[in-house]
Amino acid sequence: MKPAAFTYTRAAAVAHAIELLAAEPDARLLAGGQSLGPMLNLRLARPARLIDIKRTADLRMLAADSRHLRFGACWTHAEIEDGTIEDPTNGLLPHVARGIAYRAVRNRGTVGGSLAHADPAADWLTTMAVLNATIIVQGANGARSCLATAFLQGPFATALGPAELITAIDLPRLSAAARWGYHKVCRKTGEFARAIGAAVLDEPTGLARVVCGATGGAPIELPRTAARLAEAGATAAAELVADELAGLRGAAPSQVHAVAVRRALAQLATPAGAA
Amino acid sequence: MTPDGFGIGARAPRKEDARHLRGRGCFVSDIHMAGLQDVAFLRSPVAHARILTRSKPTGYETSVLFRDDLVGVAPIVTRSAMPGYKLSEFHPLVADRVRFVGEPVAMCVAATRAAAEDLTELVEVDYAELPAIASSAAGRAPGAARLHEHWGDNLFLETSFDSGIDAVAATAPVRVDLTLSCARQVMHPMEGRGLLAWWDYRASQLVVHASTQVPHLIRAGLAEMLNVPQAAIRVAPPDIGGGFGYKCLLQPEDVAVAWLALTRKTPFRWIEDRREHLVAGANARQHNYKVTAYADRRGRLLGLDAEILVDTGAYSVWPFTACLEAAQAGGNLPGPYDLAAYRCKTYSVATNKPPFAPYRGVARPGVCFAIELTIDAIARAVGREAWEVRAENLVPAAAMPYTNITGKQYDSGDYPASLLTAKDLIGLDAHRVGPARDAQGRYLGIGFATYTEQTAHGTKVFAAWGLPLVPGFDQAFVKLTPDGALEVKAGIPGIGQGLETTLAQIANEMTGVPFDTIRVTLGDTATTPFSTGAYASRGIVMSGGAVSRAAAVVAERIKAIAAHLLQVRPADVTFRDGRIHAGAASLTYADVAHAWYARPEQLPDHVDTGGLEVTEGYKPAVDTGLFSYATHAARVAVDAETGQVEILDYVIVEDCGRMVNPMIVEGQACGGAAQGVGTALFEECPYNDDAQPLASTLMDYLLPGPTELPSFRVHHTETLSPHSAHGIKGVGEGGAIAPAGAIVNAINDALVPLGATLRDIPANPDRVLAAIAAAGRAAA
Repeated sequence: MKPAAFTYTRAAAVAHAIELLAAEPDARLLAGGQSLGPMLNLRLARPARLIDIKRTADLRMLAADSRHLRFGACWTHAEIEDGTIEDPTNGLLPHVARGIAYRAVRNRGTVGGSLAHADPAADWLTTMAVLNATIIVQGANGARSCLATAFLQGPFATALGPAELITAIDLPRLSAAARWGYHKVCRKTGEFARAIGAAVLDEPTGLARVVCGATGGAPIELPRTAARLAEAGATAAAELVADELAGLRGAAPSQVHAVAVRRALAQLATPAGAA
Repeated sequence: MTPDGFGIGARAPRKEDARHLRGRGCFVSDIHMAGLQDVAFLRSPVAHARILTRSKPTGYETSVLFRDDLVGVAPIVTRSAMPGYKLSEFHPLVADRVRFVGEPVAMCVAATRAAAEDLTELVEVDYAELPAIASSAAGRAPGAARLHEHWGDNLFLETSFDSGIDAVAATAPVRVDLTLSCARQVMHPMEGRGLLAWWDYRASQLVVHASTQVPHLIRAGLAEMLNVPQAAIRVAPPDIGGGFGYKCLLQPEDVAVAWLALTRKTPFRWIEDRREHLVAGANARQHNYKVTAYADRRGRLLGLDAEILVDTGAYSVWPFTACLEAAQAGGNLPGPYDLAAYRCKTYSVATNKPPFAPYRGVARPGVCFAIELTIDAIARAVGREAWEVRAENLVPAAAMPYTNITGKQYDSGDYPASLLTAKDLIGLDAHRVGPARDAQGRYLGIGFATYTEQTAHGTKVFAAWGLPLVPGFDQAFVKLTPDGALEVKAGIPGIGQGLETTLAQIANEMTGVPFDTIRVTLGDTATTPFSTGAYASRGIVMSGGAVSRAAAVVAERIKAIAAHLLQVRPADVTFRDGRIHAGAASLTYADVAHAWYARPEQLPDHVDTGGLEVTEGYKPAVDTGLFSYATHAARVAVDAETGQVEILDYVIVEDCGRMVNPMIVEGQACGGAAQGVGTALFEECPYNDDAQPLASTLMDYLLPGPTELPSFRVHHTETLSPHSAHGIKGVGEGGAIAPAGAIVNAINDALVPLGATLRDIPANPDRVLAAIAAAGRAAA
């Protein structure tokens, strides 16, 4: 279980990484390496070159205004868990970070790396979808924005082009009155989720979103449930979940997915959920 | 316990921990050697096939080896005297026919493991696939393809025991029928297998640093397969990161790598990686049961009729064979119960999977699960509490010693007392009057499992199983050094069980030499006397007994010299506070040692010329096994919406005779129980119909971690064995035996309101939800 040989280059800046990526179709980006590392060892990934972007300064940028927080792709789960960067989500972001894998993984794993790896069961995909975040992508032709809800196109398939990388995530700020619930069903601590439910209700701004994650594909938005949440509250919304999920076309999520969403709504409804 | 506080019974801190807690242990892969080359194996991607062609990459003819290159190497053939047992030939590299995914086909050698793995990708092998046998049921099906062509069927062995049950079956008022299954598991010691072999020109020996539980047996096995004298082989295990049974085998990789070093006279090593471990090694536990139990209206067992299938894999392992598991299962199913009528058939079925290996508890986690679910089913059938029915069926203390229906001789203990203590500690009475569901709506339940653990079974038992190597006397060496310290050497290796500490405690008990100055050396065939090794919960009984006996002889010789120096009678000499006393006078151990080694003119005229060093052997007078026992009780919460099970509380009431070190006993109980939680809830190696393993990483194969484990509450009683030195019994395996029974009984207790019953492990969320759904359909 040793990787096939590869060349290693540390990218000095985002532009350098894009240049290397464009020059060598067989190259892969390395951020925290918590998913890519095992895949290299199992020889499931066999890149000719690894471009290490973990220490690229512009991927650890921070920019904030009154409505948004934008943070670079290479901040780690642990840094979010620890509050090293500001939390604009009234506690949801550090809560999710704390539940990812194990601390050793969180110490190295990055938000951007997790999004780009695009395991449908990963926490950040669902979290960014429920927060209606925007993912900032850069390639040879410059930067573009991609809604988090449209980022995942299938298991391990994203909206990223061949020589593009995620540079930052743009989060809309929640108000201090915002409430949320996030429930994931895992076989054991640190495992990828079997089902995720996520719900956000921010009455002052009128934001109400409900998302079902770890579905095998992209996170599923539940607009009817969300509308009911805004109108009639979490308990009433919970009654709609199974029905709305069952009405989806394609592979229907399991009973456990409905359970996860209902529990997220229940958490949202309790005062502790907003802590 | 000795006055210095570190004799038998002391919670002595483990001598091993100083290095291990600082990361300064030395395991096989920590050994560096000039010119060392790494080995990687090309493993079969298919389960059953004939090899049509194979070719080496150009330029690497000597770096890639096939079966025919291993000149002079015999296949591993494990003989057994069991009537009807069939032999298999397990070649170190596949000869012409592959029988499981992961079987080594080619051996590749390079300066690094990565380069060796690169080479495996360049080897070309053409397989003609054959129909695969993916389960024991498929192996027994009429017209099934045959794994070993010269056999008439796919059975390594079929056994039958029948005390006569027809009369009971015809008249018993209560009958319950259960169909049960246990998943295939993999053992997962923290360190996998591995070995480094090199040629020592000075000693004219092949030196093998192997991570093994049985260095003296491996020496014999390697000599046989490589066709060299045993004197030409030294097996010197370094630190060993857990064994659990996987490392008491001689496996193809061991033979192949040893052959390389023997032939080429340079060092080679192979370190098993986690994927190899999961796919190609350490398979265990997979049983299927059909049990019919007969009882009276109060639930008193009248008879037991069972059929047990063991999914044995493709080959018989050396030296324990493919049949140890079934033999143990059939003999142990009656468990701690008083049973008058028993019939049992076992089938060891050859399948296209890696060979079955003996894993901590050998067969008993399966049979304990089966009999404990049966007891609960009887209790439900007669409308009584399971603990009451269990208590009335257990062998009572007054019946000890008790010979059970399969001839096992339970030496001592009070089994019902362990159950009643567990019932009180887990809080059953309060639970029964409390709510059936917790604040989160989860269903609550309590379950019990009581078992006996046959430990340190010796000559008579293994001879009856007909194994090629039958354990007899274990030996130990004890020496007072010239400066008055003590050296203890035993052929058993340390595999994490703390023998460097406990053997020192026994030596301290017998000689009074301060614990801190006792040094224990284990396992190296060049420096230690013979032991068959660390398995069958035998170490502390057998090697401990040998150390006790050797140390007692050294103690007598110390007393004889001390008596002469002090001019008293030897009987007046005592050991106290790390010194040697006679009346008001005293000596240090160094004074006595000094007389023997440096001032012989001070010695008595008829001093024992054996000096201050002694090798002694030991086995218990009755060596059919010393029976430790325990009751495990679990309280669980079952989430009926997700199928998740949480263990809220877990009690272990155990008795392993005299405890040499209660802290180490607790470590064994908790470590074993942690593995048992894996068996109960998490661990499973599924195979598809083509016998392809579906769990090849730890993402697919779940091991319990700290957050999945309860804080085990361990309660001890000490009923001494009448047969062993100091009344000690073994304790290495027991913890792993009961959890599946206790936890699944607790789940079934919790699910009574839903009418659901689980019969298959692991009880993972899918199985729990399926059981609930089935109960819903049945009720509809």
